Amino acid sequence: MRETTMAGKTLYDKLWDAHLVKERDDGSCLIYIDRHLLHEVTSPQAFEGLRLADRRPWRLGANLATADHNVPTTNREQGIAGIDDPVSRTQVETLDKNCDEFGIVEFGIQDRRQGIVHVIGPEQGATLPGMTIVCGDSHTSTHGAFGTLAHGIGTSEVEHVLATQCLIQKKMKNMLVRVNGQLGPGVTGKDVMLAIIGKIGTAGGTGYAIEFGGEVIRNLSMEARMTICNMSIEAGARVGMVAVDDTTIDYVRGRPFAPTGELWDQAVESWRNLHSDADAAFDKIVDLQGEDIQPQVTWGTSPEMVTGVGGEVPDPEREQDPIKRGGIERALQYMGLAPNTPISGIELDRVFIGSCTNARIEDLREAAAVVKGRKVSPRLKQAMVVPGSGVVKAQAEQEGLDRIFIDAGLEWREPGCSMCLAMNADKLGQGEHCASTSNRNFEGRQGFGGRTHLVSPAMAAAAAISGHFTDVRELMQ
Amino acid sequence: MRAFTQHKGVVAPMDRSNVDTDMIIPKQFLKSIKRTGFGPNLFDELRYLDEGKPDQDCSQRPKNPDFVLNQPRYENASILLARSNFGCGSSREHAPWALEDFGFRAIIAPSFADIFYNNCFKNGLLPIVLPEETVEKLFQATWAEDGFELAVDLEAKTVTTPSGEAYSFEVDDFQRHCLLNGLDDIGVTLEDADHIRTYEDQRRRTAPWLFRDLSAG
Repeated sequence: MRETTMAGKTLYDKLWDAHLVKERDDGSCLIYIDRHLLHEVTSPQAFEGLRLADRRPWRLGANLATADHNVPTTNREQGIAGIDDPVSRTQVETLDKNCDEFGIVEFGIQDRRQGIVHVIGPEQGATLPGMTIVCGDSHTSTHGAFGTLAHGIGTSEVEHVLATQCLIQKKMKNMLVRVNGQLGPGVTGKDVMLAIIGKIGTAGGTGYAIEFGGEVIRNLSMEARMTICNMSIEAGARVGMVAVDDTTIDYVRGRPFAPTGELWDQAVESWRNLHSDADAAFDKIVDLQGEDIQPQVTWGTSPEMVTGVGGEVPDPEREQDPIKRGGIERALQYMGLAPNTPISGIELDRVFIGSCTNARIEDLREAAAVVKGRKVSPRLKQAMVVPGSGVVKAQAEQEGLDRIFIDAGLEWREPGCSMCLAMNADKLGQGEHCASTSNRNFEGRQGFGGRTHLVSPAMAAAAAISGHFTDVRELMQ
Repeated sequence: MRAFTQHKGVVAPMDRSNVDTDMIIPKQFLKSIKRTGFGPNLFDELRYLDEGKPDQDCSQRPKNPDFVLNQPRYENASILLARSNFGCGSSREHAPWALEDFGFRAIIAPSFADIFYNNCFKNGLLPIVLPEETVEKLFQATWAEDGFELAVDLEAKTVTTPSGEAYSFEVDDFQRHCLLNGLDDIGVTLEDADHIRTYEDQRRRTAPWLFRDLSAG
């Protein structure tokens, strides 16, 4: 344990203290979990565990489930019967059965509220400031944008939360990442986060809870803050968070599961305290300047392998550290890229706009603004847009964004995780390069032998038009 | 859960940093609703030359002869020696399930990703953090000597080489206790059920909006 000092508390300290059920003599702590989100991939073994031990969920009403990882993005009118892959179908059916058996509320694949679990939580107001939120998915950090303590867990912990509404935890260290100044036009939350990961590295946040602050973060919308918190795990931190302000409260107001009336006023009063005290002590502080951040593109097989769109693929010869040099060489070989290739010279086969990182309405608006009145490059085999939820899809259609995408030659799909991890039919072929708004460029992530480049929705849209990476700011003029 | 007290076994060297859980067990195998049977698909894309499919007989698949676990000298390895940030990325517990199912009992690295590290303890698999220089020495020793073995003692918190050199490691007391005794930590938590109820009662009074029952619509 750290020494207790007179310094103020960080946001993380406050959330931790408010959820501490018990601290044991050995220093391990029992932390209460307010909200538990479930999906089909990491829950079946947990439900099976409950059955084997004859245990029941501790607090049913704290759980919300949906199927997202395995669901097809076409033919949804047939429901589960429309899932061609029998193994995927079984997994989605198993979630339905488990939720029925235990009485957990689930948005099934024909429910218009179905979508990616990290999109629907905030959308429905199931994610509220001040909560502890967990899910068997590492991108649970997304919800930290609301001033929550939110992180991914494994399946054993899914079972633990179901059975006890608690987790056994050790407190992490506090890190503050401050993004000061202003962002230039065409530079988005995604670019900010990729720049942060490029700076601190993919293990830079290991062992820390990161709070994102500074003028740039304060001026970002909730959806951009979610994009940033979402990728905390790509910087090694299980937890990312942003302090509550008017932007947060305005976003939550009126959501289906949000409190109303007197309870709302009481909640808002409490949420106003969800920020780090001015004299709070952080174990580490990292500063970035907004004006320095360019639209980002990853060139390698780890999110830290990233540079500005005006940059080049690095030359391993110039790397002194032999382990890092080996990593760059291996990445370039996998990506089929020569050292010193300009980023704008990377030709693309597919474009994917979607995922829990970038499939919210603002992301789709941002991409549509770029492709409007233009055509997808004939070089591409496919450019697809996968909205994050049925609600996002309906909103986009109401705004006519679907027509803009379709007219430009992009495919307009049904909601789900889709090509972010390619568990369904949407995947890259071997050797194909993809401009993707998702979160991981790992080997094989989007398909066996597939080559992923992580970018913002605006940059993905620009790449779809050009057939190679292009500085989106040139298309915005 | 299987207890872990002491283990002695052959070491296999995985010489790359940032090994992610997608690499440890690719996504197509996460469609299983079981906890077992992931061993044949551990490191699938590195281990085989073709694209793996769920429920496939892997014995007939073309193997990548360059991959470390395909080399006869590491065939019976039960300790994996790795580089920094092992297990980064997805929270999938299928990663430790696959490592355990393959036959690994311990993993030694200079650092691990947080979620993966935590998941190992739930599955009788011991992740051991040793300093970068020590790990480098162990890599050299593993490469130099066929059948190089290490002895891990969780009670004493040491890793010992055949020549008797012992390295100490740190491990959280509670996680060590559970692993040494093969404890079900849900059972341990439920011993504190009264504390949880007391917390809930108090919290329900001060922050009632947190207790809206989602299943009530």
